[in-house]
This record gives sequence, C-alpha cells and structure tokens, in this order.
Amino acid sequence: MFEMPSGAEIQSIISTLKSGAGYFIPEIYMSGLFLVLILLDLVTGRKNSRLLGTVTIAGLLGGLYFVYQQHAMPDTEFFFGLYALDRFGIFFKYFFIASGVLAVLTTMIDDTLKKHESGMGEYYALTVGMVVGMMMMASSNEMLMLFLAMELVSLSAYALTGYLKREKRSAEAALKYLVYGAVSSGMLLYGFSLIYGMTAETNLLRVNMMLTAHGYDPLVMILASLLVIAGLGYKMGAVPFHFWSPDVYEGAPTPVTAYLSVASKAAGFAMLMRFFYVAIPQGIPGYEDMLKIDWLMILMVISAASMIYGNVVAIWQKNVKRLLAYSSIAHAGYLLLGIITMDTLGTQATLVYLASYLLMNYGAFYVVIIIANRTGSENLEDYKGLGKKMPLAGAALTVFLISLVGLPPTFGFIGKLMIFSALLAKGSLFMWLALIGILTSVISLFYYMLIPLNMYLRESEKPEEGVAETGIGAKLVTATLMILTLYFGLFFQPIANFAHYSSVIFGTILN
Amino acid sequence: MEQFLSIGVNHFLTISVLLFSLGMFAVMTRKNAIVILMGVELILNAANINFLTFSKYNGGMEGVMFSLFVIVLAAAEAAVALAIVINIFKTFKTVDVSSVDTMKE
Repeated sequence: MFEMPSGAEIQSIISTLKSGAGYFIPEIYMSGLFLVLILLDLVTGRKNSRLLGTVTIAGLLGGLYFVYQQHAMPDTEFFFGLYALDRFGIFFKYFFIASGVLAVLTTMIDDTLKKHESGMGEYYALTVGMVVGMMMMASSNEMLMLFLAMELVSLSAYALTGYLKREKRSAEAALKYLVYGAVSSGMLLYGFSLIYGMTAETNLLRVNMMLTAHGYDPLVMILASLLVIAGLGYKMGAVPFHFWSPDVYEGAPTPVTAYLSVASKAAGFAMLMRFFYVAIPQGIPGYEDMLKIDWLMILMVISAASMIYGNVVAIWQKNVKRLLAYSSIAHAGYLLLGIITMDTLGTQATLVYLASYLLMNYGAFYVVIIIANRTGSENLEDYKGLGKKMPLAGAALTVFLISLVGLPPTFGFIGKLMIFSALLAKGSLFMWLALIGILTSVISLFYYMLIPLNMYLRESEKPEEGVAETGIGAKLVTATLMILTLYFGLFFQPIANFAHYSSVIFGTILN
Repeated sequence: MEQFLSIGVNHFLTISVLLFSLGMFAVMTRKNAIVILMGVELILNAANINFLTFSKYNGGMEGVMFSLFVIVLAAAEAAVALAIVINIFKTFKTVDVSSVDTMKE
C-alpha cells in the first residue's frame, strides 16, 4: 500500500519537524511545566500545596513570555499542516494561561481542597495539562489533532471534577461528566469520520478545498455538522447538550467549577470557530437546498434555546453554584450569537465577550468560595446579611453580578453591546435573535439580583459564628478582579483593539 | 444480486451505523455504568470502522492513523472511566447510575 521512505525523505521530515518546533514553544514549555510539577510533588513532602501552587503560577506567567514572542512570527501552518500559528490562536493562548492562573488562585484559598487528605500534587499538574490541551484545541488545524486536544482537556477535567474522592457529590459529578463527555466525544469522532469520508482529507484547509472543488451531499453534511456540534455543544454547555452542567457544576470542587465554566467553555468556542470557519465552505449552492438548514441554522436554534432555557430555569435555583451553572448555559447562547454573524466584527465581539466572561465569572466564583469558607454553604438562604459582615466580598460580588447581567459601567456591558451590535450590523435577518438576547438579559437581572438582595436587604437569622477573617491575599485578588471589571467597562478600547487584531483565523478570510 | 455478494463500502458503512446505533441505545437505556462505558466503546469503534473503510476506498493513510490514535485514546479513557466508576462503587456501594443521584433541583 505504501513504500518505506528513503533516507533523504526521512531527512526532510526531520528538518520539517525541527523548523515546526520553533512555532510550538509555548506548548512545549507548558508540557515541561506539567512534568516539573509531577516531579516536584514526588520530591517534596505531603504539605506542599502552597509551594506547588506558587510554582504553577510562576510557571504559567513565564509561559506568557513565549506566547508574546509569537507575535513576531508570521501566520503559518506547520508540522505537515497539523497545527497553525495565527493571531486567533495567540489570543486564546493568553486567555487560557490567564484562566489557569486564576484557577490556581481560586484553588489556593479553597478550604475544602486544603483539607483534602491525599495532597494536591496531581491537581496542579492536571490544571496545567488542561491549559496545554486547550491551547491545542484553539490552534490545531487538523481533525485528528483537534480530537486529541479535546480529549486531553476532557480526561484532565474528569479527574479534576472527581478530585474530592470521599465526597459523594464530587464522585457523582465526575461520573456524570464522564458519561456525557465520552458519548459526545464519540459523536464528534463519528462526525469527523463522515467528513473524512467525503473528502479523504483531515487537514481543515484541504477539507475546505475538496468540498469546494467537488461539492458534497447535503444530507451527509448536515448529519456530520450535527454530530460535530453535539460534541462541541457539550464542551460549550449549550442547550440541548447541557444536561451534565448543573450537576457537575454543583458537585465539583468550586475552583474546578469556575475553571470548567470559563476555560473549557472558551476552548469549545475556539474549536467551533476554527472548525466551521475554516473547514466548511460558505455559500455553495446545493447545501442550502436541503430543507434550508445548514450548520448556521442549527447554531441559531441552539443559541436561542440556550438563552431562553438558561435564564428561565435559573430563576428557581436555591444553590448559588447551580444558579451560576444555568447562567453559564445562557452565556453560551450569547457567545454563539457572535459566531453566527461570521465576520470580523462578530469574531471580535466574541473574543471581547470571552475576556469579560473570564473576569466576571471567575470573580463571582472567587467570592462564592470566600463566602463558602466562612459559612460552609453555597445556599442562597445562607447569604442573608452577609453584605454587612463581609463588605468587600459583598460589594465585589454585586459588581460581578451586574457585569454578568450586562449593565454599565462594567466589562460585561461592553461584551454584550459588541455582540448585539455585531448581530444587528448584519441587518434585520438576525433581529429575532437580538430580541431574544435582550429580553432574556432582562430576565437574568431578576435572578442575579436575588443574591445582593439576600446579602444586603435581609437580616441573617444565624448569630455571628466568629470565623477567622479572610486572608489579605484573597482580599487583594477580589479587589483586583473587581477593579479590572469596572476599569475595562470604562476603558475598553485596548481590549477591543486587541480582539480586533486577533480575529484573524489562518486559512479563512472573514469580511 | 452481484452488489450484495461482493463486499463493498456499503457493507462496512452499514455495520458502522449499526454499531453506532447500538452504542447510543446502550448509553441511553442502560443503568449500569460499566455497560454505558461499553456502549461508548461501540461508538468509538463504529467511527474507527468508518475511518478504515474510507481510508481503504479513498486511498491515503490518514484514516489508519486516525483509528490507531483513537484505539489508544479509548484505552486511556477506559482507564480514567474505570477509576471514576470504582470510586463511585466505594462511595455509593452501587454502579447503577439512576441511584447515584444526590443532587436535586
């Protein structure tokens, strides 16, 4: 079937790999950090959580330097087209490093994880493993690499979700996450196999070329799109692939919940954009004939359903983590709006929205952890009267929630504004989606504001327990996140410019 | 008659679709966590058959590479999955997913 390559060919393969490695430094560095963390855990003793956390943060911040170096490099694909280097990927590399740092910061203050008997060694290593996987999800240019990167993220995430082994809720969350995750990655793989069958190619650019040149069967294409969207919809937590998310978000350790709800979701969006923007040719007659549906139509329905379902069901939630889980389903809907527009403006809006979501959602979870450390509970009832006892946490949480609603003068407002204006710039075609988005934002105001209502306007029934004060470090992080959320709400131009600069995906021209 | 007797691409694809459907059926109806994981393996192998079939009939080695990686990955996933299921058995004394339900709306 194929012949052994000659010596000269092997030489040329090796030189290609060598030249490609120069573009792959951030990922190599992160994999190295992963190994260092495992070794460090072996060498140091049991009580090494603080040391490992510090090393992880330092290591991740060091990675920023290598990503920064990539700005000077031209947009290209390397490793025989397996991997792409472009500004879109660089944006997400920054994003995932930032979310990794925040994940470690949230972990270091969490009391339940601190008490965990069998140490925290693997925890930080798995966090870094997820960062590597997510970077690769955002930059892979080939179906096999995309699938492997996604599985790297998933496998690390399963283990992190079930990290509190003795706790029933954590074990149950891991099982649910695993079952849904395994099935949806199987569906994604089946979708990829159908696309491979139509094109005989796995590189996204060449898939596009083959599809454009030879046309395709619309029915198979829709089936493949549906299967791929099912696999990615699970990562994004969009309706109807959301069933895992409330239980997993409630049961997982809170820092892991925050990590999953921001980083893993963003990786799903990055992969969705890269796959559909690059691999699927647009506007080919024959494709739209089939019942007038294509992948954009599917995404529109999913987006509308996510916004409505997430916001409406959140109203009845009594547990704050569960409430934030439903809100994250709704935010997946808003983010999909930016993808549906399929132009530079929409991509820019999606990136800005993701950046704002990183700050505000991490901020909200950070405060939830601080409060849980003090009260030992995440129930809405137990938030009564906390505003007076914990002034900084209360004020910060209120800011984050206002930002999640999308009211000025916060970063969340800028994100929503850009998404909706990108949508309306496409004309009246998407008017109904924008209307649903705005109306559901109004609904979201109600349930988000339940939390400040309980904190400030209702008196606590319990007497003060006299628990230890929150540490100065935690207060500093809370204040920083709060100030950043407000700051970027007023001075958003640098972020918006950077997002515009980053909305260039290798191999596709957005108008 | 001829097209039914000589094995062609359609035979392989039919088997793959059947395997995929059986896998989905197992995942959706079964209560035992181990059986659900077996269903997942069926889905992955259905995709593998697709890849190998297309690789054989379209030419090119990408499909073979793909299925090799998927086999390795399925093993890795099974390892993590069984660890989680064993942990479930330790904490809940059962692997029945319908009785592993402590979190309510």
